[in-house]
Amino acid sequence: MRRLPLPLIAGAAVVGLVVLVALLSLVWTPHDPDHVVIPDRFQGPSSAYLLGTDQFGRDELSRIMAGARNTLLVGIVTIVIAIAVGVPVGALSALYRGPLEEVFMRASDVLLAFPAILLALLFAAVFRPSTVTAMAAIGIAFVPVFARVVRGAGLQVMEMDYVTAARTFGSRGWWILLQHLLPNVANVLIVQATIAFAVAILAEAALSYLGIGTPPPTASWGRMLSDSQDYLYQAPLLALWPGLAIALSVLGFNLLGDGLRDLLDPKLVVRLPAQA
Amino acid sequence: MTVAITTRLAALVASLVAASVLVFVIVNLLPGDVATVMLGTNATPENVAILRHQLGLDQPLWLRYVQWLWGMLRGDLGVSVLSHTEIGPLLVQKLLVSGPLALLAAVIALVVSVPVGVVAGVRYRRLSGAIISALSLGGIAIPAFWAGLLLATIFAVKLRLFPAGGFIDWSEDPVAAARSLVLPAVALGLVQAAVLTRFIRSAIIEVQHEDFIRTARAKGLTRWQALRRHGFRNAAIPVVTVLGIQITSLLVGAIVIENVFVLPGLGRLLFQSVGNRDLIVVEDLVMVLTTVVLVVNFLVDLSYRLLDPRIRSRR
Repeated sequence: MRRLPLPLIAGAAVVGLVVLVALLSLVWTPHDPDHVVIPDRFQGPSSAYLLGTDQFGRDELSRIMAGARNTLLVGIVTIVIAIAVGVPVGALSALYRGPLEEVFMRASDVLLAFPAILLALLFAAVFRPSTVTAMAAIGIAFVPVFARVVRGAGLQVMEMDYVTAARTFGSRGWWILLQHLLPNVANVLIVQATIAFAVAILAEAALSYLGIGTPPPTASWGRMLSDSQDYLYQAPLLALWPGLAIALSVLGFNLLGDGLRDLLDPKLVVRLPAQA
Repeated sequence: MTVAITTRLAALVASLVAASVLVFVIVNLLPGDVATVMLGTNATPENVAILRHQLGLDQPLWLRYVQWLWGMLRGDLGVSVLSHTEIGPLLVQKLLVSGPLALLAAVIALVVSVPVGVVAGVRYRRLSGAIISALSLGGIAIPAFWAGLLLATIFAVKLRLFPAGGFIDWSEDPVAAARSLVLPAVALGLVQAAVLTRFIRSAIIEVQHEDFIRTARAKGLTRWQALRRHGFRNAAIPVVTVLGIQITSLLVGAIVIENVFVLPGLGRLLFQSVGNRDLIVVEDLVMVLTTVVLVVNFLVDLSYRLLDPRIRSRR
């Protein structure tokens, strides 16, 4: 058996931890994450509150745990949007080439010029900020990346002899798409999705920090950081925990992506600009 | 070469036009219109009608688009509905904060990442290389605004070396103005440096495996001599690509970091205009920032040709 790459193991462990914490928070947290206990505000770490309490006396650890849910939700939805639009666009471009490809790729070039946060600010101005506008903006900003990756990998697949053979036998486009193209771009897609997930976490955190992502009282790491900023003198630690949670999750997904790339060895993965 | 540049230039113009259509459509085809959105739910129909007329919203869509675009080209960006100030001069004023911030951050990123990345690449099999690599991997995962928050806690709140936020205008006190930019630029620059370090490292590792480096070494050059004469220029190509992408991310980072340190730059203006639903300013700003991104990408594309004669001769 081949030895698994070290980043893969480390990344899978960290991502597994984040997912586990998010799932656990659905059934159990040390305290109710939204429960306000004013007399207990700004408590330091203690046995009652492992990471202390925030400006409303809410348990910081419980809020971090609940925040993991929000982070994963945003990541999953944005990736689903990016794949749902980007993969068909990329696959059809590779399959049919010609004017269709030209139009799709030029459009994706233009969209690529809009960083997720800029798009999210535009959406927030027009539709009022919410988790939905944030997820939509990040997802749409990722579409051209997925479209390009799938097109690039797809073009290579289309050059393969078995595709030529399938064509000679009279296979139709959609059959080639389902039978040959999509299974062969799956690897590159998995790696790209993992890396994009990390970027989505950063983008959502930045948007929530700015107050145009997840609205209160839902626990979100970015929002917790922006709240902590008003109390840097009283409770500097509150600026530490949510940031660590973000950094650890992003690190986990990046490691997992690197590990999967080593394992699956796709040639074409597009690097995404960091979004925060 | 000239043909290639002309083609690229045409593509740039086409992208700019397409981007402007996209921004215009998003802002103007929303349910209701800009006037209704700006006045909010308590607006009377008369007020909405007056504002619509003031903004020229009663004119056909295509005409408004052409007017907006023509205005942009002449540098007339319109008037902010909320503050009643000319948007053009406002942007110039904000640029005096954002520009130096982004520039300083970029300089910090390069000054840190180039030597560190090269060392990590040359010594990639040794402990020092591995440590740099691990550190940079950690650095990538850190959001710049969190780095800013931590720096503010340490250097502003605890040590009181730099201001935690705010900005005194250059004309009033240039030293104080520069001091306010230090922490945000370091936060932004260090996170960027982490990304660049990784790319420089892998470019250097890759180039060391090239045949021409082996040949150079066989001729008797030391590792560093071989890298200096043949390696760096080749390693620069992938790095320049990333640099282009990173300028975009620097721009975005600046939007967020300006809000951390309450710096009156473009990012802060954009954020405030979003909050106030000053859609004309948002529309203009998004277009200006997108233009910057597209022009940078264009320049990066051109710089390949200067760096790499092999690409130059193609097409």
